[in-house]
Amino acid sequence: MDFLNILITVLVMAALALVLGFALSFASKVFHVKKDPRLEQIVECLPGANCGGCGYAGCGDYAEKIISEGAPVNKCPVGAAKAAAEIAKIMGVENAGETVRMRAQVMCSGTNSLANRKYNYLGIDDCLSVAKLGNGPKECAHGCIGLGTCVKVCNFDAIKVERGVAVVEYEKCVACGMCVNSCPQHLIRLIPFDADVWVGCNSHDKGPVVRSLCKVGCIGCGLCTKVCPTDAISVNEGVASIDYTKCINCGACVEKCPRKIIWSGKKQIKNGDTIENDAVPNESIEKEPRRVKKAEPEEKEF
Amino acid sequence: MLNLIVISITAILIENFVLVKFYGCCPFLGVSTKSSTAVGMGMAVVFTMTLTSALTWPLYWYVLEPLGLEYLQTIAFIVVIAALVQIIEMFLQKSIPALYSALGIYLPLITTNCAVLGVALLNITKEYNFIESVVYGFSAGVGFLLAIYLLSVVRERMSYADIPKPFRGFPIALIAAALLSISFMGFQGLKLPF
Repeated sequence: MDFLNILITVLVMAALALVLGFALSFASKVFHVKKDPRLEQIVECLPGANCGGCGYAGCGDYAEKIISEGAPVNKCPVGAAKAAAEIAKIMGVENAGETVRMRAQVMCSGTNSLANRKYNYLGIDDCLSVAKLGNGPKECAHGCIGLGTCVKVCNFDAIKVERGVAVVEYEKCVACGMCVNSCPQHLIRLIPFDADVWVGCNSHDKGPVVRSLCKVGCIGCGLCTKVCPTDAISVNEGVASIDYTKCINCGACVEKCPRKIIWSGKKQIKNGDTIENDAVPNESIEKEPRRVKKAEPEEKEF
Repeated sequence: MLNLIVISITAILIENFVLVKFYGCCPFLGVSTKSSTAVGMGMAVVFTMTLTSALTWPLYWYVLEPLGLEYLQTIAFIVVIAALVQIIEMFLQKSIPALYSALGIYLPLITTNCAVLGVALLNITKEYNFIESVVYGFSAGVGFLLAIYLLSVVRERMSYADIPKPFRGFPIALIAAALLSISFMGFQGLKLPF
C-alpha cells in the first residue's frame, strides 16, 4: 500500500512534467523567433553603457537598428573609431565613416568667488528647481547653478562641481550628451576633443551689465574676432562663439581677450605664464598661423 | 457578483500582498527606483498571477485532490508556474513583441516569486471556486502593482531630496516602504457595506 502511494506520487509528478515538457517544446517550435546572429556580435562590440549618446535607446536598440534599419555604424561616441571599425567589419560595410572625438565643455567660469550671488538657496538639491527661481542664485542669469544635475546624469563619472561651477574631466568624457540635455542653463556644449580654446562664458547680457555681475565673463567687445586669423570667432548676442570647423588652435584670441575669458587647455596647465613668452607678432600669424601652445622650448629663450 | 467585489477590494487594499502580507518584497524593493520599470514589473505580476490562478485551480481540484496528493501542491505549483512563464514569454516574443520588450527581464524574474506561489496556495486554502480564484489572482496582482508604483513614485521624489548620508539608497527606501505599509494597515478596519 505504501509502495502504491509512492508510485502514484511519482507517476503524477512525472505525468505533470511530461505534459509541461511537451507544452514547452511545442511552444518553442510554434513561437520560434529568428534572431540575427550578427545582433549579438554587434552588442559585444558596443561598450554596454546604455548612455543613449548614439540617439537610440541603449546599446541593444542601436545594434538592432543597425541591422534592421541600416543605421550608421559610427554613431557610438563611447566606442568611437574602434567600435565603428568592428561593427563595419561585421556588417560588411567598407567605410566606417569619420568619427571626431568630442567632449563636453561647461561654458561658465563664474566660480563662487568670481560671480556675485543674489541669494542663498536651501531646498531641493537640483539645478532644475533652482533655475525656476530667478535663473539661479548667481546674479548672472546665464551662469552655472552648481547643484550638479549634470553630475547626476553622467554615467561615466566625468563631471563634477568645483567651487560652484561644473567641470568636465576630459579623459573620462565620452560626449554622450546627457549633461548637455540636462543643464537648465544650456551652458554645456560638445566641442571637438582636440579643441584647445573655448569661450568660458554663456552670458548674453550687455558688457557693462556683465562687468557688474561677474568678475570674469564675456563683454562682447569683439577684439577676438579681429585678431582671429581664420575668422572663426563671431560675437552673437553679446557673447563670443568659436566655430571649430575653422579654428586652428592658434591661441591668438587667448592672448588678446581683455577679460581672459577665452580659455586654453595649455593656459591652465602652464598657469598662463607661457602665453606671453610665446606671443607671436600679428603679421606672422596672418602669413603662417602658428600654434602658440606648441612652440618649441628653445624659442622661449628670446 | 458582490462576492467578487469583496474579494478584489480585500486583495487590493485590506490584505495587500506586499504591504500587509509581506509577499514579494524582493522585487518590491529591487525594481522600484523608477516608476516606468515599476509599472512594467507590476503589469508582469498581474499577468502571471491571473494565469497562474486559472491554471493551478483545476490542477489541484481535478488532479491532486481526487488522488489524495494535496501535500504535493507546492512542488506541483512551482513547476506549473515556471513552465507557464516560459510559454508566455515565447508567446509574447512571437506575437506581441512590443509587450515583450516592455516587460523585458521582469517576466522570467517572477517565475519563482513567492507572491505568485502564494496566490496559488491561498486560492486553495480559502476554498475559492474557479471564478473567485481568477479574480483573487488578478486583484492580488493589481495590489502589487499599486504598492510598487506608490513606492517608486516616493523614491523618485526622494532622489531629489537632501537625505542624510547614512540613510541614502536602501535604508531610506526601507523606511518609505515601512511607512507605506503602516498606512495600508489603516485599511484593516475597513468594513465593506455588503
